[in-house]
Amino acid sequence: MFRRSEQDKRPQVQIFVDGVAVAARQGDTVSAALLASGQDARRSTAVSGAPRLPYCMMGVCFDCLVTIDGVGNRQGCLVPVAEGMQIEIQKGKREIGR
Amino acid sequence: MTVAPKHEDYDVVVIGAGPAGLAAAAISAEAGLSTLLLDENIGPGGQVFRAIASTPVTERSQLGADYWVGADLVQSLRASNAEVIQRATVWSLDRNLDIAISVGGASAFVKAKRVILATGALERPFPIPGWTLPGVMTAGAAQTMLKSSALVPDGRTVIAGQGPLLWLLAAQILRLGGRIDRILDTTERGNYFAALPHAFAFLTSPYFAKGLSMMREVKAKVQVVSGVTELSASGDGQLANVSYVAGGKRETLPADLLLLHQGVVPNVNLAMAAGVEHRWDELQLCWSPVLDANGSSSVAGIAIAGDGAGIGGANAAVVRGRIAARAAVEALAPAAAAKLPAMATLRADLAKAQRGRIFLDTLFRPAPQFRIPSGDTIVCRCEEVTAKDVLDSVAIGATGPNQLKAYRRTGMGPCQGRLCGLTVTELMAQARGKSPQEIGYYRLRAPVKPITLAELAAVPKSEDDVKAVVRG
Repeated sequence: MFRRSEQDKRPQVQIFVDGVAVAARQGDTVSAALLASGQDARRSTAVSGAPRLPYCMMGVCFDCLVTIDGVGNRQGCLVPVAEGMQIEIQKGKREIGR
Repeated sequence: MTVAPKHEDYDVVVIGAGPAGLAAAAISAEAGLSTLLLDENIGPGGQVFRAIASTPVTERSQLGADYWVGADLVQSLRASNAEVIQRATVWSLDRNLDIAISVGGASAFVKAKRVILATGALERPFPIPGWTLPGVMTAGAAQTMLKSSALVPDGRTVIAGQGPLLWLLAAQILRLGGRIDRILDTTERGNYFAALPHAFAFLTSPYFAKGLSMMREVKAKVQVVSGVTELSASGDGQLANVSYVAGGKRETLPADLLLLHQGVVPNVNLAMAAGVEHRWDELQLCWSPVLDANGSSSVAGIAIAGDGAGIGGANAAVVRGRIAARAAVEALAPAAAAKLPAMATLRADLAKAQRGRIFLDTLFRPAPQFRIPSGDTIVCRCEEVTAKDVLDSVAIGATGPNQLKAYRRTGMGPCQGRLCGLTVTELMAQARGKSPQEIGYYRLRAPVKPITLAELAAVPKSEDDVKAVVRG
């Protein structure tokens, strides 16, 4: 869906998406890194289980909700990637305790 | 960085580091007022100047000169004594000017003598069939990724809608080597005639020549279909096709990415939760706060600047930020105001920045069928409520957006009505034969962004606070 422009010279940052290593760039938000990865990053909604991807990328739509380092329902479009970050694609609603 | 505020009390707290907030905080701090600037994003800039301090797009001409203006604003801010906290989510503001902020998973509280809300705008909901499918995004979303991560569309890409941002985005995508297969222009034909009487002011505004050259640049490379009257997205769990009607003829084209845009509207959540009075704006088709010439709202001490005060664009936002900050300085440190640009000068700047706005508002007034959906089209993305669900609820007695919550939970999901509120108001107004002003909006309350119970429980509390809720 998206690809990186050649002029992007930012250093790489390795994150893990459902345990799989993904190369992101320093300064990417989690959502941008997921959309750039080419992997299936669709979450499923809490109500019907319908698949969704980020819609607004500016913190208002909450369609980028994702589990980051064990904490559920984070807005992936507002969180910058960090080395070794563990991302889990959220299926259904947030679980109690995470 | 993600550290708590240094103090508990400030003269001025500015919320939002876009054009208005950057300008306001710099003026306030330069005048010697203790100033705190809070912003939810990773870096300053808001949406227009998104990633201005960190963008990997180094070819300056690709983003355009209007973007790099933001760098000067950030420089002025950094040269001032304003305290700036990024990744700070303000989740409460009340009439006492008490502010609750979530920073790095913990809440902090500050009190201000003056608050300048610069929370800007968000893109108007574009509720067409299939708009929740993966692969359908806002144009602004694509622009955010382009500015902050140099990402461009590379699959089959369709851009649909209307307004200046749409053409700017298209030009930027093409300059960075991205792919656009088709642009579907939904501007209503009748709008051209309606806008004509306002054309002179626009022709003499700086936007005219820039806009025209940008449209030429895009039209030379991409097929543009104008007069689009119907639009839908379809696919099984992923966008596969975009279907549209133009000139009475239906066409369907395969697509991986559909970018939607039909203008921006004020981001009202925090202002409304603070009790600021808003009115329905019949021209801009959105809620706008009731403000005086200095941007002061109906709540004493709270001013609103930038697009949150009514859509005016980035240049107007900067000036409104300066006006609100100057008014705060006049109130709190009158002697220091003498060093600032005169109010008369700022008002002249604002009039200049707003030249041609009525023309743009009239020309790009979105068509009813793209604002007020029908049938199975989703209205509330969070709770997955359709237009038919809303109309059925009206038929059995739901009178307005707040009653509808009890029937359907619209606006009660995580986005708190940001993506459905305008649609619900207009849909219910139409169904009940009332004006949007009469129908009203969701009653918004803190927390205006979700915070965890753990964060709330960790808030420091006095013995009295505990006694107030403990039995016995």
